[in-house]
Amino acid sequence: MTAAIELSGVGKRYGALAALADVSLSVEAGQFTALVGGSGSGKTTLLKTINRLVAPDAGTVRVQGEDVAALEPPALRRRIGYVFQEVGLFPHLSVGENIAITPKLLGWDRAKIAARVEALLDLVALPQEVATRAPAALSGGQRQRVGVARALAAEPALMLMDEPFGALDPLTRDALGADYRALHDRLGLTTVMVTHDMAEAVLLADRIVVLREGRIVADGTAADLLAKTADPDVRALLEAPRRQAERLRAKLAGAA
Amino acid sequence: MNERLAAAFALLPEYLGWHVLLSASALLLGVLISLPLAVAASRSPRLRWPVLAGASLIQTIPSLALLALFYPLLLALSALSKAWFGQGFSALGFLPSLLALTLYSMLPILRNSAAGILGVDPAVREAADGVGMTPRQRLFQVELPLAAPVIMAGIRTAAVWTIGAATLSTPVGQTSLGNYIFAGLQTENWVFVLFGCAASAVLALVADQLLGLVEAGARLRKPLLAILGAAGLAVGVAVALLPLAGFGKPATYVVGAKNFSEQYILAELMADRLQRAGGEVRRKEDLGSAVAYRALAAGELDVYVDYSGTLWTNVLGRKDNPGRAEVLKQLTAELKRRDGVTVLGSLGFENAYAFVMRPDRARALGVATLADLAREAPKLTLGSDLEFLSRPEWKAVDAAYGLGFKTKRSYQPTFMYRALSGGEADVISAFSSDGRIAADKLVILSDPKGAIPPYDAVVLISPKRAGDRRLIDALKPLIGAIPVEAMQAANYSVDRDAGKLSPAEAARAMEAKIPAR
Repeated sequence: MTAAIELSGVGKRYGALAALADVSLSVEAGQFTALVGGSGSGKTTLLKTINRLVAPDAGTVRVQGEDVAALEPPALRRRIGYVFQEVGLFPHLSVGENIAITPKLLGWDRAKIAARVEALLDLVALPQEVATRAPAALSGGQRQRVGVARALAAEPALMLMDEPFGALDPLTRDALGADYRALHDRLGLTTVMVTHDMAEAVLLADRIVVLREGRIVADGTAADLLAKTADPDVRALLEAPRRQAERLRAKLAGAA
Repeated sequence: MNERLAAAFALLPEYLGWHVLLSASALLLGVLISLPLAVAASRSPRLRWPVLAGASLIQTIPSLALLALFYPLLLALSALSKAWFGQGFSALGFLPSLLALTLYSMLPILRNSAAGILGVDPAVREAADGVGMTPRQRLFQVELPLAAPVIMAGIRTAAVWTIGAATLSTPVGQTSLGNYIFAGLQTENWVFVLFGCAASAVLALVADQLLGLVEAGARLRKPLLAILGAAGLAVGVAVALLPLAGFGKPATYVVGAKNFSEQYILAELMADRLQRAGGEVRRKEDLGSAVAYRALAAGELDVYVDYSGTLWTNVLGRKDNPGRAEVLKQLTAELKRRDGVTVLGSLGFENAYAFVMRPDRARALGVATLADLAREAPKLTLGSDLEFLSRPEWKAVDAAYGLGFKTKRSYQPTFMYRALSGGEADVISAFSSDGRIAADKLVILSDPKGAIPPYDAVVLISPKRAGDRRLIDALKPLIGAIPVEAMQAANYSVDRDAGKLSPAEAARAMEAKIPAR
């Protein structure tokens, strides 16, 4: 079986700075992968080489066995869902029109699009009446739910997410993360999510890939990494959420 | 007063129609050129600077000069096209005005459109790419709709500028609301000047408000509002253009006039005679001196009145002065040979450049001739019309007498006389047929050295009308029929402050005194 995503020897330079250096990575279908690292580690650049929002200087990227460099970027992107922190809803279109955009670009018929918008609003737990509203009339959490619905509209098998819940308050963030993970399982998606938050990665992903200075420095399940990784930075990154949780528990116990 | 207002209203349908046609076409063309250019500039930073700087540079050229510059350019292009394809086009009127105004309208549209497109939220642009839009789809479905309010604001600014600047197309032979202003300024008909200003201002305001409606519709995402504004504009343009449908058929004769009262009166006189002879007549007024002759030689005018000295020095480039009869004789032969232009004959009076002073001032200084004037010149201020100081006649007089004036000032002819009576100028370059010389009892300084050439008013006929019997028979009776006193009286009846006549009325009064032959 071919991997859903296959990167081999991918490099990208911005002037003197190497954003990605010789990165190889294979993602199985159905996997939920988190790309973790500090700012400037190359995680967002790596994500964007998959839907060719970034064209790499070296190496090849394959999606479902096809070299993305050989595809028309718009056609490629229409079969990949893309969600990012700023959401980027089109302010001159209603919520429903935003969700319908990719099916419309693909030339679906009107009735099929309307049914799909209705189903998607249910899927991301938004009431039907928001369809006619302007994006500006929604809360931040609702806006990102619309962003997820828009990305899922054309029934992609692959979802790319760039800090999707980063700008939300902790409660909304938690709820949205859990809801999305459930969707991932229900729809059998392959998801690659960029985050700088190790706790989020551990909670949502099956596999964690850690990047530093454009290179992969660790790759595996949370438990694997904790057991095997010798790199002190990676260890520190992994232990941070646990240490934080323990400190929290101690503080809350002392207060009680 | 009411009579003049009525006259102004009677001309409104034609003037407004042309003004709207011209401004709307220029604006439309401006949008069609600027929008793609702005899109290209927003895509490429390397293109952005030269495009915006170029548009800014055009904006710094005075609009009147920009309009004037297109005339020689189009004349040359027309000659080329005639040589290559056997078919020339009119370098006068609509075309130069349209091109100049189009260029003039581009800056605000370019600047706002580029800024509007560049101002789209980068996250929205990334989302457009992310959902799989092609660059074209991103432009038409996302960037242009989001930039629309800013683009519309630019179009609004351009519309107001274009409607204002379109009044300046009158001197290159395009009828517009500027005809009120230029003719009114010349004949001191302030009702006309104000009427022209008000009409153009009201037009600009209405266009601005309707475009504002479209802009608000784009900003508030209320398509109905935008449609309402656009429909208002379309209806307004259609209504304004309705009267022009009647002007569409080509006039049989085009009568030209330069930009002063005498020319308006003579043009009316000739037009009236041609109409009575059964011809259709259109007038092209307020033409510059050089423009008028070249337009006639190119066949864009059929007939107008010029002056022998002007043609002698400016067209033939002659500096000598062989005397009145000899100048006329050589001129008739030379213009026919060179350009195929027919000199029908002299109307019977001269409109020469004449140095004129107030009698009290002339007496006090003891000045009676140009030689006397040269002696006193270092203490005196010369007032001239706008073109005199750059004409060869001035150079000839200055060379002959050495007139080193203390100061030289240029005025609109009307204001030149005011400056003389008010004492701002001690001596002015007047015209000998001007009624104000006799009326104000001004002193004409004599020219003992004969430095100023003769200025017989002559009727010129274009090459293509050289054998037109109807035209020649209609105008021939005017030759030798207008003594200088008659012209002075007619000019004064138009120029005076109180009880002034329109040029057409003055022409009728003059016609009544011309002996039938």
